[in-house]
Amino acid sequence: MTALGLDGASGTQTLADAALQSDDSEWHGPVIRYDLAKEFVIALVAMVVLAVALAIVFSSPDEAPATITAWASSSPSDFLTTAVAELDGSSPTAGYGPPYNAWAPGEGQKIGPLGVERWVGVHTPVDTAHDFVLAPLGIIAKSDPALAAGLTRYESASAADQQQWTTAYTKALDKVSFSGSSVVVPPGRYGPVPTMMSALLQMARGGSLDGALLSSPRFYGTDYTKPLLFLADGSYLADKANAQHLAGNQWGMMNETGNYPGQAWLWLYTMWYQIPPFTHTGNADALIWSLMMLLSLALLLLPFIPGLRSIPKLVPVYRLIWRDHYRRLATESPGGGPRAG
Amino acid sequence: MSATTDPGAPAQATPDPDVARSRMWTSRLREAAVRSLPPEKLLPDTQPSYVASWVYVFGVLTLAALAVIIASGTILVLKGPSWWHLSKAGLFMNSIHLWSVELFMFFMVLHLWGKFFMAAWRGKRALTWMTGVVSFLLSIGAAFTGYISQQNFDSQWISTQAKDGLNSVGVGAFFNVLNFGQMLLWHVLLLPVVVVVIVALHLLLVRRRGVVRPLPLPAHRRSVSRETSPGHEQVVTAAAAATPTGGTTGSPLGAGPADKTS
Amino acid sequence: MTAALIDLDHVGHYLHWGFIQLSVANAVIIGLMVVIFVVAIALPFRAGHRARRGGR
Repeated sequence: MTALGLDGASGTQTLADAALQSDDSEWHGPVIRYDLAKEFVIALVAMVVLAVALAIVFSSPDEAPATITAWASSSPSDFLTTAVAELDGSSPTAGYGPPYNAWAPGEGQKIGPLGVERWVGVHTPVDTAHDFVLAPLGIIAKSDPALAAGLTRYESASAADQQQWTTAYTKALDKVSFSGSSVVVPPGRYGPVPTMMSALLQMARGGSLDGALLSSPRFYGTDYTKPLLFLADGSYLADKANAQHLAGNQWGMMNETGNYPGQAWLWLYTMWYQIPPFTHTGNADALIWSLMMLLSLALLLLPFIPGLRSIPKLVPVYRLIWRDHYRRLATESPGGGPRAG
Repeated sequence: MSATTDPGAPAQATPDPDVARSRMWTSRLREAAVRSLPPEKLLPDTQPSYVASWVYVFGVLTLAALAVIIASGTILVLKGPSWWHLSKAGLFMNSIHLWSVELFMFFMVLHLWGKFFMAAWRGKRALTWMTGVVSFLLSIGAAFTGYISQQNFDSQWISTQAKDGLNSVGVGAFFNVLNFGQMLLWHVLLLPVVVVVIVALHLLLVRRRGVVRPLPLPAHRRSVSRETSPGHEQVVTAAAAATPTGGTTGSPLGAGPADKTS
Repeated sequence: MTAALIDLDHVGHYLHWGFIQLSVANAVIIGLMVVIFVVAIALPFRAGHRARRGGR
């Protein structure tokens, strides 16, 4: 017997004796030859063949991304409604809070009494009026004196005036119509807002707003926070998602575009969003996140949770899995049987 | 420096005669590693006779699927994130990557079901179970960053939706799902490395403890006690005769020599 | 080589039971998982070369 225990002890015990030992002891009962390396190679070949076959038969989905251009072209009134909301700070992003902008007291999702969402500061600052409207317009205003004048007028106006114009314009958009490239709204006191919004719509339709929102001050950018927030504030993205069953209340988290399988493993996470009380609360995200963290912890610590860890003993799947073993035990030692539990 | 070599014993059984060397971190690390996982335990060519069910193949199938994920992902990395949108070969490679992920999650969950019904955490195998669960959760995270890095409509929708959940608990400030660059790097480097490390730990733990024994049948749980079983006495005698060689997992019965074979 | 033999790019089909909505694709996968798990338990496993009894 050597310190490294080179073989020697497997098969020294009968099955009955070996089965009597505790769960953490070495097995010295009967063994079978088992070629792990060969098993792995076979498994690898099987997985390669399966993956390649599935790829050939089904390929993979690649639905083209939504663009602000497409949004502005196909749903101009929704685009304008969103753009005005960004300007006057009434859009979802404008009122989001951290990490994009500062809170108003009392806002934010909570887990019970804990306002978790508020603890984090503004790490990804987004000023919707500036970032989504005024700055992009500033680019094209350089070659558009009328727009430049409108921008100056807007930016130098009082907050009350700005609010009055945007509120009136938002209402007017209920009756908007489009004639060529013109945006037609009922007459009213909107200040320079119509000029600004028309220009923004043209910019969007022309394709340059996508790029203007993305470009970082340093030429290279890989952060799509701004164009995505802007897109998500409108209905265009959500309408496309709804059509593909990807919305939150459609178990969308599990789904994929088209007929492709999605993420079936997210079934429990998305299930909570479909049932009360989570359907009725604004804290759903925080509550469900916490619930899933808790359940994950329970899964992790399952070996230590009495009751849960006994389920395998009560549900006799194990009797099927090890039926050969039990049969052999009964044959070899009819009186003894497996060890005490 | 005292030489304590017994000329009759094989070299490996002797403590390192050079005391200074035996205090070295390298030597101690090596010896600890070899003690807990000698080659015969790391790559055994036998398994206990009860390892005889197709349920036992789900683990290796999961591992094999992971290998395909990494290989296909590596090829996608070679050509950059735009390739698969522009080229048929790229789309094909992306398809392999996607389907190997489906296969991976498929077999991993089957492996989890099997291990649950076998109560595979018994016998000091709690850490094996836990590393498995952590691998599972991290894999979901890795897949998530992958879906977000697609640069298509799906990733737009997933990221703008997921941000709300993450922001609600303050995570979104540090893990910005709308930041393609960050998500791609997490997906391609950070998460795969962590997943592979945890999976490797998981595998080493499986080999160290061996495959868990069958659950005892309930009919026999009450009728046989350890102290009165004749088989127990023989085993204890054998254990008393054996030379303990360290690194033993040990059992309350003190049964079995501390061999490293399965 | 990359054009799918079976085109899954059409709008998905969904199953509805009460509050549950499940895509056909996901249902197939979940169904397959259960079937394969049951089959794996039920199928006999050829035990290969048995018991090296008696140590070295």
